Amino acid sequence: MDKPTNGAVKSFYEEGTTKKATGLYSWLFTTDHKRIGIMYLIALSFFFCVGMTIALFMRWELMATGTQIMEAQTYNTLFTLHGIIMVFLFIIPGIPAVFGNFFLPLHLGAKDVSFPRLNLLSFWIYLIGATLVLVSLVLPGGPIDTGWTFYIPYSIRTSTNVSFSLFAAFILGFSSILTGLNFVTTVHRLRAPGMSYFKMPLFVWSIYATSWIQVLATPVVGITILLVMLERYFGVGIFDPALGGDPILFQHMFWIYSHPAVYIMILPAMGVVSEIIPTFTHRTIFGYTAIAISSLAIAFVGYLVWAHHMFTSGLSDTASYIFSMLTFLVALPSAIKVFNWVASMYKGSIDPKPPFLWVMSFIGLFSIGGLTGLALGALSTDIHLHDTYFVVAHFHYVMFGGTGTIFIAALFYWWPKMFGRMYNIKLASISALIFFVGFNLLYFPKFIMGYQGMPRRYYDYLPEFESLQVVATVGSWVMLVAITLVIYTLISSLRKGKIAGGNPWSGVTLEWHIASPPPLENFDVVPEVTHEPYDFSQLKTMKYVAEGEVYE
Amino acid sequence: MSSTEIINTHEVHRDDVGARMGMWLFLFTELLLFGGLFLVYAIYRFKYPDQFQAAAMELNTTVGALNTIILLTSSLTVALSIAALQKGKRVLSIALLGITDILAVAFMINKYFEWSAKIHHGIYPGSEHLLSLPDGQILFYGLYYIMTGLHALHIIIGLIFLTIVMAFVYTGSVNKDSFVKLENAGLYWHLVDLIWIFLFPLFYLLQ
Repeated sequence: MDKPTNGAVKSFYEEGTTKKATGLYSWLFTTDHKRIGIMYLIALSFFFCVGMTIALFMRWELMATGTQIMEAQTYNTLFTLHGIIMVFLFIIPGIPAVFGNFFLPLHLGAKDVSFPRLNLLSFWIYLIGATLVLVSLVLPGGPIDTGWTFYIPYSIRTSTNVSFSLFAAFILGFSSILTGLNFVTTVHRLRAPGMSYFKMPLFVWSIYATSWIQVLATPVVGITILLVMLERYFGVGIFDPALGGDPILFQHMFWIYSHPAVYIMILPAMGVVSEIIPTFTHRTIFGYTAIAISSLAIAFVGYLVWAHHMFTSGLSDTASYIFSMLTFLVALPSAIKVFNWVASMYKGSIDPKPPFLWVMSFIGLFSIGGLTGLALGALSTDIHLHDTYFVVAHFHYVMFGGTGTIFIAALFYWWPKMFGRMYNIKLASISALIFFVGFNLLYFPKFIMGYQGMPRRYYDYLPEFESLQVVATVGSWVMLVAITLVIYTLISSLRKGKIAGGNPWSGVTLEWHIASPPPLENFDVVPEVTHEPYDFSQLKTMKYVAEGEVYE
Repeated sequence: MSSTEIINTHEVHRDDVGARMGMWLFLFTELLLFGGLFLVYAIYRFKYPDQFQAAAMELNTTVGALNTIILLTSSLTVALSIAALQKGKRVLSIALLGITDILAVAFMINKYFEWSAKIHHGIYPGSEHLLSLPDGQILFYGLYYIMTGLHALHIIIGLIFLTIVMAFVYTGSVNKDSFVKLENAGLYWHLVDLIWIFLFPLFYLLQ
């Protein structure tokens, strides 16, 4: 990749924090938040592709009844690995690790995060955890087959490599915690002069709320995982009914973390949406305070809804009512955000560039995912829908349709800033359309199948589900085309793309005030913040503007 | 500012308030880690009150009390060591850190003899003797080993942490004007102490 230069300013690709500015060493030992962000991007993209490949094989197997390409045990390990890789290696680090690292300091007007070396340590810990997951595949005993939820008692009875994978998840939790505490401190300590809390971009608010969940929820799953490992090695009995323990307690402790974890996954995506919409409507966001506060509200209430995963596990009626009610409550701040985003477009001058198109796709998919979540949060319908394809569809609509879509939107939004090159706008727009069609083909039939009673995680099914299963499999191929197109568009831009200026979209948050790609120290002068974050009158006085350049 | 000036001026960033804030956030995570175990303890104590009480009678309160005194004293010495360094008394600070280390080792020696005695009596997870006891007692001893074991692990980590900072005080990179590393090590040590303050009554005194 040849690096675009912007006059005399050296970019962070040409200048590093290590003695030598280039080469592998200068990347693996860098404390520069931007380089760490790029390394996360490469690692996460790799694991996303691995998880996606596994899913494609599973869809292939499900194309018809009976055995197609694999045995039942292989299928069990594949859906487990798909879950572990996508959840722990892709979507939980996801947007904070890649875009949070790269853009949080830029949004705050800072030179780096508060603890740059700790940031590098987080990345290494992530790599170690990821390596352990991969190593567990080839060790004797065979890959883990419990599902990504590791439910007791099967996870202490099966002879597969459960402990190894659990240990990997434990390690990855450390990475998540360290990133979280780094970001919380950064937001408190490194805001540029004049940037009060309510002048922070909304992406920063969402990362801030996410980081608190990472700090406060992850340790609980850490200790739960340790207990399961101890149970396997020593038989202490905490979760083992034969020794007086309670397996339901495991479910509680697992979901005390893992439900807030879905807000770790979605909140940063909501932050990115709140950045993209003002830039491509050229007007300030509607209801800034409501969006900022709703991020914190989601983080707080999201902590108290975990048992809605367990309505069929044996809860008291009172507990069920309360958890169901709180689940409905958490839908409110999410809806507040959606309404504010849509209201922001009213009377805006909308510029339907690819990032905006991906956001539109997000709003549709996320709304479907959110509303079907209410069907699952309601006690009576959940009894019917629990552990069916309906849950799988709901989860993929909010996670893939939500966070996954926005991960790609964020790539298209910030790619010119990160790499200094513009991609092919037409191809990127087409990919959004193909993705939207493929997504609905793949996952919407699952709502119907789930409603009709198709259980999740089953290797085989009754013949009446065959036609819908075929539709879903075809959908998975359309998705493959869309994702391939996205990757092609982005990678080819690195060689052939036009040099993007400092501010190709006419954005106004602080990252657009500096060159693309940014210099090592980000800001040559510490910026003084005098405007609201989405005040477009700043464009007149900004150093970099999109000089009427049209990227087609 | 011209572009030539900004090259290679990656100034050393120092923010003591930020460093303390980071440490506090980390301590929150430690509290929640043990919080999960305290939750499990509460649930099973509620479920098997009599058997928990019977099992607790077996624990050696004297050793537990001795360890409590040791840890409380070590918290005092680490706090004094910070105060000494702030007043510029480097040697005294190092000496007090040394005493803290010795007390930590003494705690671990006590723990070693306490655990060996239990194991000698056939009380350890999965042992025939333990499995012959009622469920509540099995869980009590399971939790006893897990919670005091995890705490002992934290003692070892704290011991390493304090020793590294002691080396920094010795070389002078932690000094009168820059002592946040020592403060953070002290905070961590106080947390280890605090958790023991809860473990001690829950296992040894509630008989």
